[in-house]
Amino acid sequence: MASRGNIVINVEECKGCGLCIESCPPKCLVLAKELSPYGVHSAHYTGRDCTGCGICFYCCPEPGAITVYRLAAPPKAVASRGGEHAAAL
Amino acid sequence: MENTRATRVIDPETGSNYDVAHEKSPVFYDTYERKADLRHQTHYCPGCGHGIVHKLIAEGIEELGIKDKTIFVSPVGCSVFAYYYFDVGNVQAAHGRASAAATAVKRACPDKVVLSYQGDGDLAAIGTAEIIHAANRGEKIAVFFVNNGIYGMTGGQMAPTTLVGQKSTTTPWGRHPAGEGFPLHMSELLSTLEAPTYIERVALCDNKNIMRARRAVRHALELQRDNAGFSFVEILSPCPTIWGKDPVEARAWVSDGMIPVFPLALFRDRKPEMPVVPEPPQRPVADVLELTTSRDAAEPQKSLAADHHSFSHIGIKIAGFGGQGVLLLGQLLTEMGMREHLEVSWLPSYGPEMRSGSAHCHVCLSKERVGSPLVSAPDVLVAMNEISLHKFAREVVPGGLILYNGSNLPEGFDDSEVHVVCIPAGEIADVVGSPKAANIVMLGALLEATECLNSETAMQVLEAKVKKVQLLEIDRKALTAGRDYIDHQVGAVSQPDGFA
Ligand SMILES: Cc1ncc(C[n+]2csc(CCOP(=O)(O)OP(=O)(O)O)c2C)c(N)n1
Ligand code: SF4
Ligand code: SF4
Ligand code: SF4
Repeated sequence: MASRGNIVINVEECKGCGLCIESCPPKCLVLAKELSPYGVHSAHYTGRDCTGCGICFYCCPEPGAITVYRLAAPPKAVASRGGEHAAAL
Repeated sequence: MENTRATRVIDPETGSNYDVAHEKSPVFYDTYERKADLRHQTHYCPGCGHGIVHKLIAEGIEELGIKDKTIFVSPVGCSVFAYYYFDVGNVQAAHGRASAAATAVKRACPDKVVLSYQGDGDLAAIGTAEIIHAANRGEKIAVFFVNNGIYGMTGGQMAPTTLVGQKSTTTPWGRHPAGEGFPLHMSELLSTLEAPTYIERVALCDNKNIMRARRAVRHALELQRDNAGFSFVEILSPCPTIWGKDPVEARAWVSDGMIPVFPLALFRDRKPEMPVVPEPPQRPVADVLELTTSRDAAEPQKSLAADHHSFSHIGIKIAGFGGQGVLLLGQLLTEMGMREHLEVSWLPSYGPEMRSGSAHCHVCLSKERVGSPLVSAPDVLVAMNEISLHKFAREVVPGGLILYNGSNLPEGFDDSEVHVVCIPAGEIADVVGSPKAANIVMLGALLEATECLNSETAMQVLEAKVKKVQLLEIDRKALTAGRDYIDHQVGAVSQPDGFA
């Protein structure tokens, strides 16, 4: 099943402070093993369980290091035609 | 690489679509021009609270739709570079003066949203007076006070907010109240004043408290948008670098170390009852000081109304040796300006030179209110001696006028950019009866050469000031002699730019 949320970390902005990792309730963030171009272990989304709560966004000191997304409701009219909504986007 | 963010992403595994919920605020610049190689990052240390406060402010500005009317006054301290990040109007104030600068900005632009952003060294040490008086006057500004208990930028000296026992470079054994006093509680202190509208202390110690801080920031911005008065949000904020803690520990120390000393509270949230002050009557200064003569009052249409002046603003610098009547000449001009219903200012240079040596003063004559009494680029320089000529000639605006007390210009003096008129004022003064009247000779010359003020007014002022009949007679002669010298000896002086 798809997670309710999703996040994208911008490695150009992340300083690897770890505040988001510490704060995330479902603990779905980790520090990347490899170094970013700036030489830090930036935050990395494990790819599962994000709820889109936005906590990591507000704990992060960098203006654009984290973008939080929430699962889009399928467009109603299209969804009723049997879930072929992807084509309509 | 440009920071373009997708408003919708698709999970590659499940194919689900996601809409953006939280993203970088457009109140921040897309890239920061501070350094070519770090255009996507702020300059703050990892885990620094300043970045979080910036985000809360930016989000509030965005959601209230006040970006185009916001003026952000940044301090000296780690957040000195805030203007690289916020795409709003920006002013960067001298250390501790942000709330004073914000006062000025708000008073000049009352319809703008004016924010003062300050650290604890900035606001509670060097800027203590400014914040207390801004709060006490109920200035209509919002102040964001980032309290991290230390001087971050300069490498960790004790701040007034440093905790008892806390080590800093200037308290290496820990702050001791006997030597360094107790932590200063700014929110509590300001809460003793009557005028502030809103005062709250919040902390960036965990998500719940960050959300409280977000509401406080939003409230202060709303009050500012509504011009509701002075608001003050103190934000306890981590400084991992100077505290010597990793970002997660530092955040925890905000709650474990700071909150017990600086309890979180809403100290004030009400509109004060400010007395309604009637607009002061807009009377000419000369009337207020009762300088207007009875003749003016009897024949108001004949009084020297401001509209006979052909200029809108003249800056005059008068310089010479102590005892040459330099400051007095400035006073005479200002008082004449007052009588002619101009806005005026006179700024003497105080200092050891007042005793002997060189002296100078600045005079502004203007149809508008004088913004600054400082004349750094004079339209006219009156140089009573050679030293002053050399010292100040360079400041005169191109096309400006220099009146020099001497028969000839010193050799090698470059007068290609300005009009210079030499007047042997000392010698002329000797002839009319007193070497002390050289300044009045210069006044006559100045009036004749620039026609900036009326020489009749000069006589009125002299009559009011000089009580001895003989001296007044000498002054009258000196004034006339100065005018005649320009008239006869020099002939038509080409006017400095902007004059008749
Ligand atoms: C007139 C003047 N005095 C001293 C300094 C040195 N100085 C720069 S920042 C600073 C203290 C900043 O501390 P704070 O306001 O707490 O800000 P932080 O860096 O912790 O955010 C001092 C003393 C200065 N720049 N100008
Ligand atoms: S949005 Fe919430 S759940 Fe998702 S990564 Fe961030 S903190 Fe974790
Ligand atoms: S809080 Fe921000 S800067 Fe810190 S690790 Fe997470 S994404 Fe990176
Ligand atoms: S020294 Fe402290 S206040 Fe300054 S940027 Fe670093 S963490 Fe922030």
